[in-house]
Amino acid sequence: MTERESGNRYVIPALVLLTFVTIYPVSYVLYLSLYRRLLIFDISRFIGLDNYLFLFSDDRFWNALKNTVYFTSLSVSLELLFGLCVAVLLNRPFRFRGWIRAVVLIPWAIPTVVSARMWEWIYNTDFGILNYLIGSKINWLGSPFWALNAAVFMDVWKTTPFVAILLMAGLQVIPKDICQAARVDGAGGLAIFRRITLPLLKPVILVVLIFRTLDAFRVFDAIYVLTGGGPANTTETLSIYAYKVLFQTLQFGYGSTLSVVVFLCTGGISIFYIRLLSRGIKRTLHD
Amino acid sequence: MIKKTGFYILLISLVLYCSGPFLWQLITSLKPDVELTTIPPIFPEHPAVMHYMSIFEGHPFFRIILNSAVVSSSTTVLSLIIGSLAAFGLAKLRIRYKTLILGFVLSVSMFPPIATVSPLYIIIRALGLRDTWWALIMTYTTFSLPLTIWILTNFFREIPNEIYLAARVDGCTTFQAFYKIMLPLSAPGFYSTAILVFIFSWNEFLFALTFTSTQVSRTIPVGIAMFPGLHEIPWGDIAAASIVVTIPLILLVFLFHRRIIEGLTAGAVKG
Repeated sequence: MTERESGNRYVIPALVLLTFVTIYPVSYVLYLSLYRRLLIFDISRFIGLDNYLFLFSDDRFWNALKNTVYFTSLSVSLELLFGLCVAVLLNRPFRFRGWIRAVVLIPWAIPTVVSARMWEWIYNTDFGILNYLIGSKINWLGSPFWALNAAVFMDVWKTTPFVAILLMAGLQVIPKDICQAARVDGAGGLAIFRRITLPLLKPVILVVLIFRTLDAFRVFDAIYVLTGGGPANTTETLSIYAYKVLFQTLQFGYGSTLSVVVFLCTGGISIFYIRLLSRGIKRTLHD
Repeated sequence: MIKKTGFYILLISLVLYCSGPFLWQLITSLKPDVELTTIPPIFPEHPAVMHYMSIFEGHPFFRIILNSAVVSSSTTVLSLIIGSLAAFGLAKLRIRYKTLILGFVLSVSMFPPIATVSPLYIIIRALGLRDTWWALIMTYTTFSLPLTIWILTNFFREIPNEIYLAARVDGCTTFQAFYKIMLPLSAPGFYSTAILVFIFSWNEFLFALTFTSTQVSRTIPVGIAMFPGLHEIPWGDIAAASIVVTIPLILLVFLFHRRIIEGLTAGAVKG
């Protein structure tokens, strides 16, 4: 047996699984999105792009898209900001650093559904600790104004550790002598951070942004459990809307169309970031 | 001095911020029902374990934990086996279209689960696998393969080629070189990957919600999300249940935080 044949043997099981559980379903979803298929009435009719045309007049779709974009942009930017602060804070040497890093990882490790339940109780209007601490009677999850922001805040709590850990790894790669040289030249802490740390951290920041944007854009469990998409669909994201159309009203055609939209958006986001990333790397190489 | 105090104040607030919600849930779980609604809502005056008793008595909680344990550990083992073979091939053997394969693997990790859940549901129903462990194990294994392959490929690449080639020259087959030489040398990578995959499968919700319908296969996230409450939500029981299912994860984090961080950064920053 040649080396090449044996090499293929090692990779094939993984590729077969990946194809059958992801590529094939995605093609199937594309196909379904061209159908009017209602499982309960046993209807299955080819309708071409009608489902896609219907999107334009579907207010609920636009609302879900708006919510998703709001949720994604607000939570990702807050996570990046907080994550950067935490990373810089934990990057200094001090006693018990290992333990504190472990504590910081706790929110990340707690199952999303569990943290949604925890926050539901914290946000409780009458008996929640949040209203008690700030002395208010805000109906966090029941008011259209607060509900989506409450979900954003929960997400920020849960995923800032992930962002911080990755950024910390990036910080550790930065050579210490560059910062020391700058300090000798009279640069202050802020200047060093802006002129040296931040530019050198850029590739890691971009990687973090890819992961977090994609995750936030397809958010499902956090909001589904926290608010169920309510009140009055003010927290309904694309994934939740698609899920409800698929599995609550069993419209597999239109539901698939919505899933395809999520798929296309995440695809677009990845391509955008990857371009940015490769351009950034090229520039660093040229410098 | 002031700077140092400021630093420690920041650290303490960070620790409180991260662990606060969990501690609050712990406190809630120890309060008898009457105390749940008292204001100010601070510490339980008469701490009680009634909620812990009731989740195991009234609900099939053991079964749900068992389901999660079986699904998560099988997923971990399977994706380590399949993923490490692929990673070994990609790191050390000559394979055509290597970059293409790695790019494909990476792009799969970016797929939104919602785009695959309905066809997979149709397939699983057709195969008669609905409401079984297998439906979840198969799906989770596939979705953790990209992470597994990326981390392990990085680890295998770091092992010098000479070591692998020496084994081959000494008469090992590729497979012997893989499990006698490469596996032991990359053990740290395996621990990291195993923990990450385990946590991922323990936490997954969307597929579990769709593919399971009874307690025969229902996992913890679905169990917690569907916690029975016809008229009012049983906050005490929910709190107790969340503590019970989170403790294994917190233990994992405290025992292996270095490995977890290594895995996360090897999968993301290096890749």
